[in-house]
Amino acid sequence: MTTRNQSSCDESEMELFSYLLRLGDNALILGQQLGASVGKGPELEEEMALANFALDYIGQARLFFGLAAEIEGKGRNEDDLAFLRDGIDFTNVLLVEQPNGDFAQTIARQFFFESFYLLQLRALRHSENSKLAEIAAKAGKEIQYHLRHTQQWLVRLGDGTVESHRRMQAGVDRLWQYTGELFEIDDLDRWAIDAGIGADLAEIRQTWLAEIKSAFVEATLEMPAGEWMAGGGKQGRHSEHLGYLLADLQFLQRAYPGAAW
Amino acid sequence: MYTQGLDQKSDAVDPQRDDEVRLRQFQARIDQEEKIEAKDWMPDAYRKTLIRQISQHAHSEIVGMLPEGNWITRAPTLRRKAILLAKVQDEAGHGLYLYSAAETLGVSRDELIDQMLTGKAKYSSIFNYPTLTWADIGAIGWLVDGAAIMNQIPLCRCSYGPYARAMVRVCKEESFHQRQGYEIMLTLSRGSDEQIRMAQDALNRWWWPSLMMFGPGDADSKHSAQSMAWKIKRFSNDELRQKFVDVTVPQADYIGLKMPDPDLRKNDETGHYKYGEIDWEEFMQVLAGNGPCNRERLESRQHAHAEGQWVRDAATAYAEKQAARQAAA
Ligand SMILES: [Fe+2]
Ligand SMILES: [Fe+2]
Repeated sequence: MTTRNQSSCDESEMELFSYLLRLGDNALILGQQLGASVGKGPELEEEMALANFALDYIGQARLFFGLAAEIEGKGRNEDDLAFLRDGIDFTNVLLVEQPNGDFAQTIARQFFFESFYLLQLRALRHSENSKLAEIAAKAGKEIQYHLRHTQQWLVRLGDGTVESHRRMQAGVDRLWQYTGELFEIDDLDRWAIDAGIGADLAEIRQTWLAEIKSAFVEATLEMPAGEWMAGGGKQGRHSEHLGYLLADLQFLQRAYPGAAW
Repeated sequence: MYTQGLDQKSDAVDPQRDDEVRLRQFQARIDQEEKIEAKDWMPDAYRKTLIRQISQHAHSEIVGMLPEGNWITRAPTLRRKAILLAKVQDEAGHGLYLYSAAETLGVSRDELIDQMLTGKAKYSSIFNYPTLTWADIGAIGWLVDGAAIMNQIPLCRCSYGPYARAMVRVCKEESFHQRQGYEIMLTLSRGSDEQIRMAQDALNRWWWPSLMMFGPGDADSKHSAQSMAWKIKRFSNDELRQKFVDVTVPQADYIGLKMPDPDLRKNDETGHYKYGEIDWEEFMQVLAGNGPCNRERLESRQHAHAEGQWVRDAATAYAEKQAARQAAA
């Protein structure tokens, strides 16, 4: 009996660890993408915003990984989790690893993800795990600010010039197929929902759709029509983009194993 | 300052505007350490000198984001990545305050940025050197931000109020950057042989260009006297360079790195370090556009600007539509 309790406790710790990794991976990969766009912004204020948002995401990744490592209890730290796992071990959604593309595609990616992520974080504020709830509350404040900024660009570009409208529409059409995965509920999500740890993605989806629709109306954009949705990121099945992203990210830690920086 | 204490050709000055009585009153205010504000009368040459210096400084902040931005995606730990992102964000902020300070002198940011993109305006030549290893990020913070602070601290007392106030804010952040850069070097110098080699190599490459940041020697610095009289400049190029050397050499000693200067000696009488001959030919070449990265840096900025045109146009078009909608409502 004791042994069983012990093992089920270990199991739930493993689940929690994996759940935190997913959150950390999304934040890390998006932070890495935004970091790569520094120096390429359309104006100086935007350069600052991009660097600032990248910084927020890297900060969030550190918090999620830090807690994950602590729960895992095997002596790994945030950097081990970020720099010493291979692509098939990363469980971020495919959306965040999509390239920056032109500024409209960057905005489309940020808008789709952040409008989802903010709802997810709001739900996580009520997580049974109080440390996770704390991180979610802090991150939520940052993402609320990002989303306001991102949505303003969505509207400006959608309702700006003929060219910006065309690009913005192309951006959202291009990335729409990666939005399904955000709400896909697999075994791990099911566990998190049942344990009161994680967000109920089905509930979030309705709010998300309503918000997206109203933003698109304001931005004079058409809702993308595609029905087919890509998936697999959460299970470690990624696009080719991730490998290159990790090659940059992990270069120094791989080239000089065990060095302190 | 990233302006290199460089005296370029003066722009044409309108003599009608600088009548003698006003000039004398103006100089009297400066001599009494009064701050000159945007709305005050000022000689045309004073205005032009400031526009040139402040905008050069602003361009340097912006171009300076590129060599460091080069390592954001490859920073070795999440903590280092966060620090680097924060630094690059600070530099963009410095660019913004400085363009605003220049705008108080009656020139627009768009005009100034255009001068930079077309190669008419200079930026500090230090940013035309490449960042080849992670240690370069340490070396830039330690040496380049360190040299910038030497230049900028006296600028906090510059006679032109808006510039002086911008510098107070900038200096606080630069000294943060300097410490963080030095801490990277310290960590590397206590690391593996490979890391020590990386740190020494970065120092070898960045030391001399950092000394060049202070501009030509006093003997070759023709217009400094006027800037001194106007209290835009408080110390000569060589004085500032000497201060920088005196502060930095012991820091290198402390972390066991060797300055790439066989002639470097401490003069025990004066307490100053005597350093070897600076390669001014290299400096002039980099300034003339022949540094290792001049073309890449300018092309990067031009590319980002061109790629962003449709975005800026969209923002303008949207703002106009909004204004029209509000007027109609
Ligand atoms: Fe700066
Ligand atoms: Fe700096």
